[in-house]
Amino acid sequence: MYRYDEFDHAFVSSRVEQFRDQVERRLSGELAEDAFKPLRLMNGVYLQLHAYMLRVAIPYGTLNSKQMRMLAHIARKYDRGYGHFTTRQNIQYNWPKLSDTPDILAELASVEMHALQTSGNCIRNVTADHFAGAAADEVADPRPYAEILRQWSSVHPEFSFLPRKFKIAVTGAERDRAAIQVHDIGLHLKKNDKGEIGFAVYVGGGQGRTPLIAKKINDFLPEQDLLSYITAIMRVYNLHGRRDNKYKARIKILVHETGVEELSRQVEEEFAHLQETELKLPEADVAAIAAYFAPPALPERSEGWAQLAGWKKQDEAFARWVNQNVQPHKHPDYGMVTISLKPIGGIPGDASDVQMDVIADLAEEFANDEIRISHEQNVIFPHVALADLEPLYRALTAHGLETANSNLITDIIACPGLDYCALANARSIPVAQEISTRFGAPERQAEIGELKIKISGCINACGHHHVGHIGLLGVEKKGAELYQITLGGSGDEHTSIGEIIGRGFEPSKVTDAIETIVDTYLGLRTGKEEKFLDAYRRVGPQPFKDALYGEAKAEAA
Amino acid sequence: MTDKVLTANRLSDGIAVWLDAAGHWTENLQDALVARHAEAAASLEAIGKRDFADNKVVDVAVIDVEETNGVLWPTRLRERIRAAGPTMNYASGYGKADAAFIAV
Ligand code: HEM
Ligand code: SF4
Repeated sequence: MYRYDEFDHAFVSSRVEQFRDQVERRLSGELAEDAFKPLRLMNGVYLQLHAYMLRVAIPYGTLNSKQMRMLAHIARKYDRGYGHFTTRQNIQYNWPKLSDTPDILAELASVEMHALQTSGNCIRNVTADHFAGAAADEVADPRPYAEILRQWSSVHPEFSFLPRKFKIAVTGAERDRAAIQVHDIGLHLKKNDKGEIGFAVYVGGGQGRTPLIAKKINDFLPEQDLLSYITAIMRVYNLHGRRDNKYKARIKILVHETGVEELSRQVEEEFAHLQETELKLPEADVAAIAAYFAPPALPERSEGWAQLAGWKKQDEAFARWVNQNVQPHKHPDYGMVTISLKPIGGIPGDASDVQMDVIADLAEEFANDEIRISHEQNVIFPHVALADLEPLYRALTAHGLETANSNLITDIIACPGLDYCALANARSIPVAQEISTRFGAPERQAEIGELKIKISGCINACGHHHVGHIGLLGVEKKGAELYQITLGGSGDEHTSIGEIIGRGFEPSKVTDAIETIVDTYLGLRTGKEEKFLDAYRRVGPQPFKDALYGEAKAEAA
Repeated sequence: MTDKVLTANRLSDGIAVWLDAAGHWTENLQDALVARHAEAAASLEAIGKRDFADNKVVDVAVIDVEETNGVLWPTRLRERIRAAGPTMNYASGYGKADAAFIAV
């Protein structure tokens, strides 16, 4: 993985000391809140309902065991013994004291981590496929490009005060596991007929109150033009993006209002000035960055095949876990393991300090010291020998980390919602917990198959509800919580925005409504191989509306 | 007039606090000073502005409460959760909010 050079170290340390000084001046009263608030946000410090919140960047979701141990240490020493992994592959702490935040940032800097650009109208943490560098279907590892973008965008003077925040995601495979079409810029790494590397470029996707799917403005951008082309997009946005209205300030609105043809023309025009400048990426530089992401040496471990078959025969629960949570690796003797942070009835994305330490230890022992955070709020070990799966599973079991539910109905994404968030209308976490508990039986989940439920506590859509197969949006109605259900959303290579199915449900009725939807699906699917999303796309909303709001139901309600 | 209390988050650690009768910021809503008429509410507003300006607290707000059997109960769910903490078991050693207090 990427290692800081001297410049990076000096830069991050100087920022920590600068922030220490700012916090001291704030606490002594020298700095007023109005002056301080933007400064703390630039360092990832928010204020929520109960306390401050610190958002720490995990660039493209990649970290090693030393860094994970530091995250555990911070949870233990400065917080209440846990952290929350987010859909943007970051971690949030919910209870840090403002007075401790400079120390926390200094500790993070010691393991090459920081909280810069996790807030504010700048280019945020670049996200990537969590299986990067390991997936069997990958054209190339997207992380070197994410790292190049991170270096280029960090305190970029021209792009630190954009009309609004800006999110970039990169994927290296046809199968989009980074939801690139709902990002401000989505990059799909591919090869052309000549075997050269380039990108399909998508612009103007986003969630929030106006969910829009990104438009493709370039089918093949050569690798060397990455920074000049993105700079061109940023310039067009910086110049024309709306600054008069916060709700219309994202690039998605600009793309929508300008039209994709005119916008592409403007980008091309700007690009023409930039293409032959110092922004051109020399092959040697790309190679130098890519070297940091060289895959670990993976020795042959073919004994794992027979072992695995034997273990699976002996232990049904283990077999279920392997089938659900282990994906094929480039190397046939290895697998990519999803460590679920969605225990049945638990809080999606939360991990205790002990669990983080365990994950760090196991990553060293079994996973070449590589850890990823997925945008689905789980932990990934990208390189595990099949021969190590059983001992890994045993160790996970001892710490509640063995839930076999990757991509199943209990693998729910939920934002912090009204239990923490100052912007929330309704709670998200308890809803997720109740659904998870209702559908928790392994047989039932397996019968239902792939089904992604995503929950947001307000229209900002941090919980990705627009792209949930089933999405839940919390709203406030007459002072009470109400949940609006959307169906048919998807955040992959066939991205779609879910459709509102009808009037909302009270907290006590929402799990029943989900059950009605699931039962309706089970009743109408052509067979087990027809997944929920496919069935929905075939039949449309009507059968679900009938089941939820049919006359008998209407009377009962 | 609906009864009111003054709430904020403490500057140094962000913890939710309420103003008590002695003019201190307490972590317990039940110790809060209740304003029952307009002048009292106005003085809460003024104290809030002053303590914000004095860098003691941030995010100051006057909120509605109902008092039943001596228990102060914010009318907004958001404020009940601020007073009682997250509504699920979120960390070992920290309880969850009392469900009866949170319920509508
Ligand atoms: C608790 C503090 C948080 C605050 C104050 C907050 C605030 C916001 C706001 C205002 C937006 C809307 C932006 C727009 O539409 O222009 C947003 C979007 C978003 N946030 Fe959060 N958020 C918080 C927590 C989280 C968490 C925990 C996650 C990850 C689980 C997250 C991930 C996202 C994502 C993915 C989006 C939508 C993508 C987009 O920008 O279009 N946020 N957030
Ligand atoms: S979706 Fe709304 S409630 Fe949920 S974290 Fe984002 S801002 Fe808060």
